[in-house]
Amino acid sequence: MTQSFRTIRALTSRALNEVVRVPGAAIPGVLAPTIFMLGLSSVFGKTAHLPGFTADDFRTYIVPVGLLQGASFAGAATGVNLARDIEQGWFDRLILAPERRGVLLAGLVSSASLRSLVPGTFLLMIALILGVHAPSFLGLIITVILVMSLGAIMACWGTIVAMRFRTQQSAPLIQIVGFIAVLFTTAYAPFALLTPWLRLIAHLNPVTYVLEGVRQGFVGGVNWADTWPAFLATSVLLLLLGGLAVRSMRSYGR
Amino acid sequence: MTIVATMALARRALRNALRRPQFLAPLVIFPTFFLAVNVGGLSRSTNLPGFPQVHGFLDFQLAGAITQSLLLGGVSAGIAVALEIELGFFDRLVASPIPRISIVFGRLAAAAVIGAGQAVYFLILGLLFGAEVRSGIPGVIVVLAISMLAATGFGAAGVALGLWARNASIVQGVFPLAFVILFVSSAFFPRALLEQPAQGIARYNPLSYIADGMRHPIISDFAWTPALEGLLAAAAVTAMFVGLCVVALRGRLRNA
Repeated sequence: MTQSFRTIRALTSRALNEVVRVPGAAIPGVLAPTIFMLGLSSVFGKTAHLPGFTADDFRTYIVPVGLLQGASFAGAATGVNLARDIEQGWFDRLILAPERRGVLLAGLVSSASLRSLVPGTFLLMIALILGVHAPSFLGLIITVILVMSLGAIMACWGTIVAMRFRTQQSAPLIQIVGFIAVLFTTAYAPFALLTPWLRLIAHLNPVTYVLEGVRQGFVGGVNWADTWPAFLATSVLLLLLGGLAVRSMRSYGR
Repeated sequence: MTIVATMALARRALRNALRRPQFLAPLVIFPTFFLAVNVGGLSRSTNLPGFPQVHGFLDFQLAGAITQSLLLGGVSAGIAVALEIELGFFDRLVASPIPRISIVFGRLAAAAVIGAGQAVYFLILGLLFGAEVRSGIPGVIVVLAISMLAATGFGAAGVALGLWARNASIVQGVFPLAFVILFVSSAFFPRALLEQPAQGIARYNPLSYIADGMRHPIISDFAWTPALEGLLAAAAVTAMFVGLCVVALRGRLRNA
């Protein structure tokens, strides 16, 4: 067990080192959610004046979307880096190590969870400076847990794709799923303002509940009705994609 | 010789793209989903005071989706070049007896062809879901012309970045930043309804003119001014980034 923790810690440290050592690759992922939040609120800000909108201003409404996008990008980056490691032969050396592949996956996933906090923290700081409503302490804790969970979920997805295509050119495929999952929700407008087809998809999309779980800290207040569906959704996604990622890692090279 | 080599390399780039559709598809799938979310989530925006008279919000958003798709095409071209450098193919090209500029021009010619395909895809998609091109065939020709020219310019930006970075991850990191340029343009919303400072920046952003140049023939009767503005903006972007490509290629060859 101790050895497994050491492996996870080493892989996590390696992934986090990349943030510092290859800033050119990491900085855009950190800045992007903030840029996205600022951009969306600049472009679509006036839609908050539409009857039925549930927030005072569009920026506060869109901040949780940026937080989840940051987690999504961080998780996707883990998958892209794994694809690079496969291309360059490093992963082949890694799997020769006397360690279970589930543990190797845990290292990747934990690094993605921690990396998710970097863009989220940056975005939150900028948002608060710009006057977005500060979440309560409980709202902030829930936000951190959900953001880290989504980063882990996206890392599992990235691992599945990287194992399948084994090239960095699969990066858009990894990123697009996270982007879509976050946007086909109540990202832009409350349920009541969505067109019927998008309302239906948003209801079926588990990330909608994660988003609403994060958003409660910013718009309205923390309540159980928005909290439990968010945690249920992240748990189911983690179990499902985590299981598939472990399976794809086990079948690698066999 | 330059033209022959350029065409051969363009054909190669196109074949590579078509052989692995899973990597080409995101160029249209991603903006398609963004288009769907924008239309699905914000279709009531047409009720806002100051929004131009349009047949539907989808009609308005089509040009934004095409512009976004073309930008992603530029990123994709950059990734392809960076991978060729990482995997050593670029060095073999440099060692071969072809004009070196054809390495860049071949990639850009492929980007222009893919750009036309992207525009056709979105026009067909729009028509299937109830949009209409108000100015008919001349409007379609304008959309295609601006698309091909802009795709060349965005492709040149990607190639210049790929030559400079020599790392696909770094070029890939630009993917979200492509949105920044879009957000400070009128690609997705009327310029008059943008918040400041985006509204002010959009006035000077060539993407505004490229998107509006394609949008106008879709939502209105044909007019020369927006079409020429769009073509001019796309040509300016192309000239600037092809220049940067040449500089980046020279730098890369010096270090080869």
